[in-house]
Amino acid sequence: MFNKIRRGNPVPESAGPVDAGETMARDYHKYIYRKVMFIVGCIIAAILVFAFAATYGSSNISIMDVYATIWNHFFNQDALDPYMDWAIFTVRLPRICAGLIAGMSLGVAGAAMQSMMKNPLADPYTTGISSGASFGATLAIGLGITVGGAGDAGLVLTAFIFSLIPAAVIILVSSLKHTSAATMILAGIAIMYLFNAATTIIKLGLSDSSLSAVFNWTVGDLSGTTWADCRVMLIFTIVGTVILWALSKKLNILITGDKNAKALGLDAHKLRIVLLILISLMAASIVCFTGIIGFVGLVAPHIVRIFLGSDNRYLIPASAMFGAVLLMVADLISRWVIAPTFLPVGVITAFIGCPMFMYLLIKSKNSVW
Amino acid sequence: MPLSINTKKLEDGTKMDPNAPIVDIIKLDFGYSPEVPVLKDINVTLDKPEFVCIMGPNGVGKSTLIHCMNRILKFTNGTIMIGGNDTKGMKLKELSSYMGYVPASSEDSFPLTVVDTIMVGLQNDFKFGTNDDDLKRVYETLRMMKIEHLAMRNFNELSAGQHQKVMLARGLVRTPKIVLLDEPTSNLDIKHQIDVTKTLSMLPKLKGMLVIMISHDINITAKFADRIIMLSGGGIYADGTPSEVLTKENIRTVYGVDADVIDVNGRPHIILNDCFEDAYIPTDLGPLED
Repeated sequence: MFNKIRRGNPVPESAGPVDAGETMARDYHKYIYRKVMFIVGCIIAAILVFAFAATYGSSNISIMDVYATIWNHFFNQDALDPYMDWAIFTVRLPRICAGLIAGMSLGVAGAAMQSMMKNPLADPYTTGISSGASFGATLAIGLGITVGGAGDAGLVLTAFIFSLIPAAVIILVSSLKHTSAATMILAGIAIMYLFNAATTIIKLGLSDSSLSAVFNWTVGDLSGTTWADCRVMLIFTIVGTVILWALSKKLNILITGDKNAKALGLDAHKLRIVLLILISLMAASIVCFTGIIGFVGLVAPHIVRIFLGSDNRYLIPASAMFGAVLLMVADLISRWVIAPTFLPVGVITAFIGCPMFMYLLIKSKNSVW
Repeated sequence: MPLSINTKKLEDGTKMDPNAPIVDIIKLDFGYSPEVPVLKDINVTLDKPEFVCIMGPNGVGKSTLIHCMNRILKFTNGTIMIGGNDTKGMKLKELSSYMGYVPASSEDSFPLTVVDTIMVGLQNDFKFGTNDDDLKRVYETLRMMKIEHLAMRNFNELSAGQHQKVMLARGLVRTPKIVLLDEPTSNLDIKHQIDVTKTLSMLPKLKGMLVIMISHDINITAKFADRIIMLSGGGIYADGTPSEVLTKENIRTVYGVDADVIDVNGRPHIILNDCFEDAYIPTDLGPLED
């Protein structure tokens, strides 16, 4: 019956209207069930990748020792080997957690950004977050101008604050004149060019060592993240994800068009501003710790769309989990490919994300747009 | 499940006053810029559930009038009352609970299934999940539009005519007290134009809804409308039953079209002859390319 309805054949006479209605309900529930299963699958994959990533590293610790150390760390401090504890709890796990959290955050922010802008090219950086953050980081590294003191904390805070400036400008511009989603994106891109130009000017006067530090920052990298960093990222990610998820039905209204949204009692412009603030905070909280990790925010939601469609109620959690898996796998590969040293994770996300995305775009029967 | 009118009391407690007109437009002016007024001094009272068609030439302000009613556009001069309540004082959400809307065209967007698209029209955005009552409602509306076989298809895969039917279902799924339709049948074939218009014309009697539709098809409108409002030059040129409004003189003045009007079963039937303008084919377009 399910297939018959999907293929557009008429409902058999004998079935009657009530049966056909129940069939539709059953089909719909099946369809929802498949979406839930996809999300559960992503969660399981995330757990497995996490568990495997914990056992992989340059220090030779056997799998058994890794889990024994994790167990002892929490439950049996006396039996703890200090070296292993350091290697796992100070070096490996914060980095893996950072991948998990950043992937979730970028996936969710990307999904919400695309839906709110009604644009498949939108990603968390469309609002100029990355260019603002780069400018802040260049200021801090190159010229030593920081907000909130010197050192890493100052760098992070400076990047964070500058990454929010473009979003603030977009909100200001669009509030002065009620603008469409496309205008918001254009404003974001214009500001991006401005910040990039300003960054270039600073770079012209920098020494080689400062330039290389700036470069390292802009390619995106999870190494060196600490538990404290993870805590901050986690707070922004959880709060942002929960709110965006709660707004997912409104996002569904938004993708049917601004006029229709208004006719359904939803002020698209106001909602967009709220969403823009949320997404910017989420992405900025990630980018200021990890640098610019491209592609996850753009591609993770689209890959999910291919499988699940664009219902934001399921798209948002699925993008979170898929983004997490994608970034953790990318990080694992970046540690493995030229071990004992590593490639920046941003490079790997593009290298595995791009072919995967292309393959699915070509193969898939479902359109993402 | 029979569709019933949504009379749920809203948080603010605004209710439609049964003795007040359903829609009362008083001295409405609107212009996209102050120099170019579109609508001037519009006064319309719609006091009972009827099938009302708005007609008029392109650019005369038909859609603008509808958009003023559901506040997609902000107007400054004039008042629009709904069941005795000034729409300006109502929250958008509240206003929308009385007014369904079917836009003229669909926008390119991310694909939802037809069921999910119509579910959006239920606007119960505080409930996360989907219950069977909602699904039943969606199904019944799909049946009304005769597109139940499209239920699980993606909106993007459908034809322009099917899009219109899905949008109709989305606007009607809540059975709102008032429904505003912006050329809802422009992409449909002749059978479905008649079918959908007939369905819409029955809603006032069977469900007590006020159906306001913009239409260009003069004969289908003449056949089904209870009342026609004809706009011209930013104002109301004629307002009344099809026989009163669709006269040879009115069609000549408003559209600049020469037509003969005959009577078919008590309703006017219009035979369009010619427009009073000569065709212009530019001579410097050049010859056909090989």
